[in-house]
Amino acid sequence: MYRYDEFDHTFVKERVDQFRDQIARRLSGEITEDEFKPLRLMNGLYLQLHAYMLRVAIPYGTLSARQMHTLAHIARAYDKGYGHFTTRQNIQYNWPALVDVPDLLDELAKVEMHALQTSGNVIRNVTADQYAGVTAGEVEDPRIYAEIIRQWSTLHPEFSFLPRKFKIAVTGTETDRAAVKLHDIGIAMLRNDAGEAGFRIDVGGGQGRTPIVAETIRDFLPKQDLLSYLEAVLRVYNTLGRRDNIYKARIKILVQETGVAHFTELVEEEFAQIRGGTLDLPGAEIERIRAYFAPPAFESLEDSPEELTSAQTADAEFGAWVRTNVSAHKVSGYSIVNISLKPVGGIPGDASADEMDAVADLAERYSFGEIRVTHEQNLTLPSVRQKELFSLWLGLKIHGLATANIGHAGDIIACPGLDYCALANARSIPVAQEISRRFANIQRQHDIGRLTINISGCINACGHHHVGNIGLLGVEKNGREFYQVTLGGRADENAGIGRIVGPAFSFEDVPDAVETVVETYLAHREDEDESFIDAYSRLGSHPFKEALYAAR
Amino acid sequence: MTYKILTANRLQDGLVIYLGADGWSADIDSARKAFDDDQAAALDDLGRQAAARNEVADPYLIDLEDDGPVRWREVIRANGPTVRRDLGYQADRHAGGGH
Repeated sequence: MYRYDEFDHTFVKERVDQFRDQIARRLSGEITEDEFKPLRLMNGLYLQLHAYMLRVAIPYGTLSARQMHTLAHIARAYDKGYGHFTTRQNIQYNWPALVDVPDLLDELAKVEMHALQTSGNVIRNVTADQYAGVTAGEVEDPRIYAEIIRQWSTLHPEFSFLPRKFKIAVTGTETDRAAVKLHDIGIAMLRNDAGEAGFRIDVGGGQGRTPIVAETIRDFLPKQDLLSYLEAVLRVYNTLGRRDNIYKARIKILVQETGVAHFTELVEEEFAQIRGGTLDLPGAEIERIRAYFAPPAFESLEDSPEELTSAQTADAEFGAWVRTNVSAHKVSGYSIVNISLKPVGGIPGDASADEMDAVADLAERYSFGEIRVTHEQNLTLPSVRQKELFSLWLGLKIHGLATANIGHAGDIIACPGLDYCALANARSIPVAQEISRRFANIQRQHDIGRLTINISGCINACGHHHVGNIGLLGVEKNGREFYQVTLGGRADENAGIGRIVGPAFSFEDVPDAVETVVETYLAHREDEDESFIDAYSRLGSHPFKEALYAAR
Repeated sequence: MTYKILTANRLQDGLVIYLGADGWSADIDSARKAFDDDQAAALDDLGRQAAARNEVADPYLIDLEDDGPVRWREVIRANGPTVRRDLGYQADRHAGGGH
């Protein structure tokens, strides 16, 4: 994986020293909160309901075991023994004291991590497919380009004061696990008719109060033009994006107001001016970065070894876990293993320091020391020998990390909500916990099949409710928590925004409403191969509406 | 009976604090109460001054009724996350230590 070069080391160290000085001046009263706020936000430090919150970037979701051990150490030494993995491949610490933050950042810098550009109106942490580099059918490892974008966008002087935050995601396959259509810029690798690798560029996607699926403005962009083209998009946005109204400041609004065709023309005009210049990506530079993502030394192994198949037969629980949590690897004899951070009744995305250490140890032993963080708030061990899946599963089980619910009803995305977040209107976590308990029977989850349930505690939609097959949005009505239910959303390559099904449900009633929706699906599906989302697409909202509201 | 008190976050660690008779503290029960507009304006002024002296961050008034904060948000701030009773001020209370 990518290792800091001398420039990165010096730069991050200088930033920590600079922020240490800014914090000292804040604590001594030399600068006011109004002056300090933009400085702390540039360093990922928020002030939330109960305390400060530090958001640490995990670029393109890739972590080494050593880094995970440091995240665990930080959770113990500077926080309350846990961290929260977010929907943008970050980890948040909920209780750091301001006075401790410089030392915390020093510890992060030692393992080449930081909290830069995890906040503020800048290009945020670039996210990528968690299966990058290990999934079959990939055009190229998207992390190569995510890293190039990270280097280009870090402290980019022209784009440090954008109208609003800016999120970029990259995928290397047609199957979209990175929700690229829901980003300010989504980048999907593909090949043209001549067989050359390049990018499809989607612009103007996003969630929040105005959810929009991104529009494709370039069907094929040659690799060397990536940064020139991104710079052109950002320049058009930086010039024309609205700064008068925070709710209309994202690029999605500019694209809608300008019209996709005209917006594309503006980008292409700008691109024509700068292409072939200093931002041209030389092949040698791409290869230099590619070397950092060189695959580990895979052994020559057979698929489905006896050790695996006999364990699957002998242990039904293990067999079920393999079916839901294990995915195909591009190298025979290896598998991709997903670790659910959604135990029954648990807090989605939370991991204790002990769990982080356990995952790091297991990654060292079974997965070349590599870990991925997913936007669904789970973890992934990218390369595990199939003959060792059973031993790994036993290791995960000891730590309560073997929940077999990836992509199923219990694998709920939830933002921190009103339990932690200063922006939230309602709680998300306890709703997720109750729904998770309702579907505690793992066999029932498997019978239901693939289903995404996403919960946000406010319209900012950090819990991705717009793109959940079932989405729940928390609102406050007369001081009470209510939840709007949306159906039919999806975040994959066929991304779509869910539709509100009817009046909101109270905190107490919303788990029943979710069960009603699921039971309605089960009653109407053609067979068990028809997933919830496919059944919804066929049926529309009518039967669900009937079931939810007819008795009212 | 409804009244207002002044809350903020402590500068050093961001923890929730309330202005009491003896200055800022974590104890919502000993917060200074404003029963009318004049008293509320006076409290609000004290908040602004404390922020200007860089003693606290983000001071603001909240409404209380006899049994605690009116808004659910402020109940959660005063206690801690509802999903982690071992964290926040509620943890001290559960441990019998008070605050």
